[in-house]
Amino acid sequence: MTEQHAHEEHGMSNAGYVRIALILAAITALEVSTYYVDFGPLFMPALMVMMVVKFTMVVSYFMHLKFDKRVFSVMFYAGLFLAIFVYAAALSTFKFFIA
Amino acid sequence: MAELVQEHGAQHGSTGISNIKLGMWLFLGSECLLFGGLISTYMLYRGRVGEGPTPMQVFDIPFTSVSSFVLLMSSLTMVLAVSAAAKADDRSTVLWLTVTALLGATFVGGQVYEFTAFYNEGLGFSTSLFASSFYVLTGFHGVHVTVGIIMLFALVAMVRRNRIPGSKSETVEMIGLYWHFVDIVWIVIFTLIYLIPV
Amino acid sequence: MAIIERPSAPATVPAIPSASLGALKRPVTTQHGWRSWLFTVDHKKLGIMYGATALFFFVVGGLEAVLIRLQLALPDGRVLNADLYNQMFTMHATTMVFLFVMPMVSAFANYFIPLQVGARDVAFPRINAFGFWAFLFGGIFLNLAWFLGGAADGGWFMYAPNSGPVFSPSHGVDFWALGLQITGIASLTGAVNLIVTVLNMRAPGMSLMKMPVFTWMATVVQFLLLFAMPVITVALFLLMFQRNFGATFFDVAAGADPLLWQHLFWIFGHPEVYILILPSFGIISEVLPVFSRKPLFGYPFVVFSGAAIGFVGWGVWAHHMFASGLGPVSVAVFSVATMAIAVPTGVKVVNWTMTLWGGKLQFTVAMKFAIALIVLFTVGGLSGVTHAVAPSDTQQTDTYYIVAHFHYVLFGGAIFGIFSGMYYWWPKMFGKLLSERIGNWNFWLMAIGMNLTFGPMHILGLQGQPRRMYIWTEARAGEGFFNLAFWNLVASIGSIILAVGVLFFFINVLVTARRGAQAPLDPWDARSLEWMTSNPPKEHNFDSIPTVGHLDEFFHRKYAEDHQSGEIRKVQGAEEILAEMERNKDAHIHMPSPSYWPIVLALGLPVIAFGLIYSIPVAIVGGLIVVLGCFGWAIEPSTARDEDVDPPAAPSTEVVRHG
Repeated sequence: MTEQHAHEEHGMSNAGYVRIALILAAITALEVSTYYVDFGPLFMPALMVMMVVKFTMVVSYFMHLKFDKRVFSVMFYAGLFLAIFVYAAALSTFKFFIA
Repeated sequence: MAELVQEHGAQHGSTGISNIKLGMWLFLGSECLLFGGLISTYMLYRGRVGEGPTPMQVFDIPFTSVSSFVLLMSSLTMVLAVSAAAKADDRSTVLWLTVTALLGATFVGGQVYEFTAFYNEGLGFSTSLFASSFYVLTGFHGVHVTVGIIMLFALVAMVRRNRIPGSKSETVEMIGLYWHFVDIVWIVIFTLIYLIPV
Repeated sequence: MAIIERPSAPATVPAIPSASLGALKRPVTTQHGWRSWLFTVDHKKLGIMYGATALFFFVVGGLEAVLIRLQLALPDGRVLNADLYNQMFTMHATTMVFLFVMPMVSAFANYFIPLQVGARDVAFPRINAFGFWAFLFGGIFLNLAWFLGGAADGGWFMYAPNSGPVFSPSHGVDFWALGLQITGIASLTGAVNLIVTVLNMRAPGMSLMKMPVFTWMATVVQFLLLFAMPVITVALFLLMFQRNFGATFFDVAAGADPLLWQHLFWIFGHPEVYILILPSFGIISEVLPVFSRKPLFGYPFVVFSGAAIGFVGWGVWAHHMFASGLGPVSVAVFSVATMAIAVPTGVKVVNWTMTLWGGKLQFTVAMKFAIALIVLFTVGGLSGVTHAVAPSDTQQTDTYYIVAHFHYVLFGGAIFGIFSGMYYWWPKMFGKLLSERIGNWNFWLMAIGMNLTFGPMHILGLQGQPRRMYIWTEARAGEGFFNLAFWNLVASIGSIILAVGVLFFFINVLVTARRGAQAPLDPWDARSLEWMTSNPPKEHNFDSIPTVGHLDEFFHRKYAEDHQSGEIRKVQGAEEILAEMERNKDAHIHMPSPSYWPIVLALGLPVIAFGLIYSIPVAIVGGLIVVLGCFGWAIEPSTARDEDVDPPAAPSTEVVRHG
């Protein structure tokens, strides 16, 4: 319980932050490697997944969203998903995703 | 006015949520639509190079990878500053804020270098639709980083002189949120703009 | 930095001798006269300033409209030339949308949201002040173009290529783009501020489903603003880079897709439509129950249909672009979505009608405007559904039929709602009742004028009169009942009647200010929290923050059910309730101190904009003003010290000021 409380207050320990940063660095290295190594049909999905994982990790841990009040997540992700929805819809009218 | 909620929390039916933090997250949610629009514009126009160079001709992936890494690490130092501020450790706060600002400055410096190199390779601002949308998108991001650097240096000075009219740790945390947001935007830009070939 | 209001925890306010702060002192709090307005952060004063400025722009936009109608009244009109005519309709729309209806909504929202949720001020009072000044300077900046080579002339949605330098060589479009950018910043900061206020600062016991409907609708609108303003920001930046820095974002010859502008504009533009109308829906949802002596019929339905409109409003923007060749799939999808959005709107109309049903109706002027809104908005809504049908829309695109439609929803809807709110809330804001006698002239002339002006436009449009035609000739007017000459003349006469109707409102304001008697405390026997305080409210709004147990809390304090007869009886009046609140006055009431920095910060924005048009060094100066404003903002103490107050505050003062 006390640890959970500490999480709510401060998020994580400094060592935890460093661990997260190391994972982020590793994913970035993997991302960059796609430039040199041919991933074949996995290229796009792999890049997208890695991007989303990095994004979510920074938001959840560095920005404390995982430990913070839910309303912050609601507000932020509302904007994010709305942006994805409207712009994807607009781009699809240009047949962007078909080509 | 935030004290109202803090001091008279019970009287105000306060949700126990910080006004400023809620405001910051709303602002960041709104910024998603700003960068979304710019990224979409770029995605639509990235293949329209006209007579000018193509993205793959000008992009220097190793160089941009390094500057992306620098910005990513500045998020770590920022979170360490927030953590130090929460413990009321002024010295560490100042140290990590300074490091964050310097890493940010390195990133912006890299961007200036990159723009110069692109320009020399024949990619002027109005060379092609690709050029304009690339410069506007990354330039907007660069301006955001620059604003962040100014805020960080100002924050360092204010923490050192104890001139923050309010909660120190919360102010550091807010600037931190902004800084991380700039970082996550770059995570998206790095993948969508640099790593996916046209 | 502008987004960051000074954070909480007053215990850690550093001990700096205030004398060393110089210009960074907070302005004294006992100021009178112009300084008390210039540096104020009081949401009520700012609300009034928003309202006054908006009404000024309403007159400007109205005169532009009258000029347009004069030009079209007779064949071969000579009032305006083609160029001026283009500027006139562009600025008429821009002024009415961005400088009248939106800030008027801000006026009501600023003034009444804190009162309706039982708060002492908004969450970020200084940001609130900044928002007003940014709006004012942005509005002035927009209109300066008239005197500097001509105003914007591309139509309010500024499609390419009309927005390009070839077809619009003056600086008008530049002023337009940058001016809207500035007012957009104002809207965005206002949205953040009001959402936080509503989510975080409600009186104890006021759950979301006990909030008054106006607060609900205004909050939905703030979310729409929050997410729609950045989209137009992107579009305007792209336009600015195209016009001033050689980019070609919308230039077909350079390989661009001008549809990009249309998408960005309407992704913003359609939520914008709901930004304009939803607050008026909220206002009449307050007015109708009060003057029907009944609670609002189906409160949750009204709330959720408003929220649903807010949601679905994001998925219909391309119905403005049916004629642009989007392709059959896109058109079908957006067509269906548009028809769907008529459902929550219809729900509201049903709820209002059922509220009236069986009520003891009092036909005050506020009530008349509210009922007229239901009727006129329904007319506009029905013609709107005809646009949702894509084949029909293709026929109507860019004809006067469209003009008729959106004036029925915006004038008959949004503006009638605003006037209803004026008559309803005037005694709350100024302590005097607007004259019902002059008000009746005001209402009937506006109602008649509005229908005479915009009703014939349905006919004109279906006969094929194009939307932005600056002149028509006798030879092309046609014959018989549907000839264009007759209906154009009717519309023009209607617009004069409309203008006279609006004039009666201003006469009413003047007469009331001079001769109006003090309004009673609760003139309408109202239901919601904003009436549970004096007229006008004290600076700190409520002597003690009420604990809320019901929707329509004020009504429930005044009335109770007699357990034996089941009758609803008045148990106490507003006077008794207020007296009790005063007896239980809160001990230390913290109010925000005035500040110099919001106006300084806002002043930097038009300077930057000027610089971007004429010379970059000026823009840099503007940027420095903004940076200076931010620093002053960040460093200034959160509280004016007692010795800064002139005359020095007595130690026993109960109202303590905080930033």
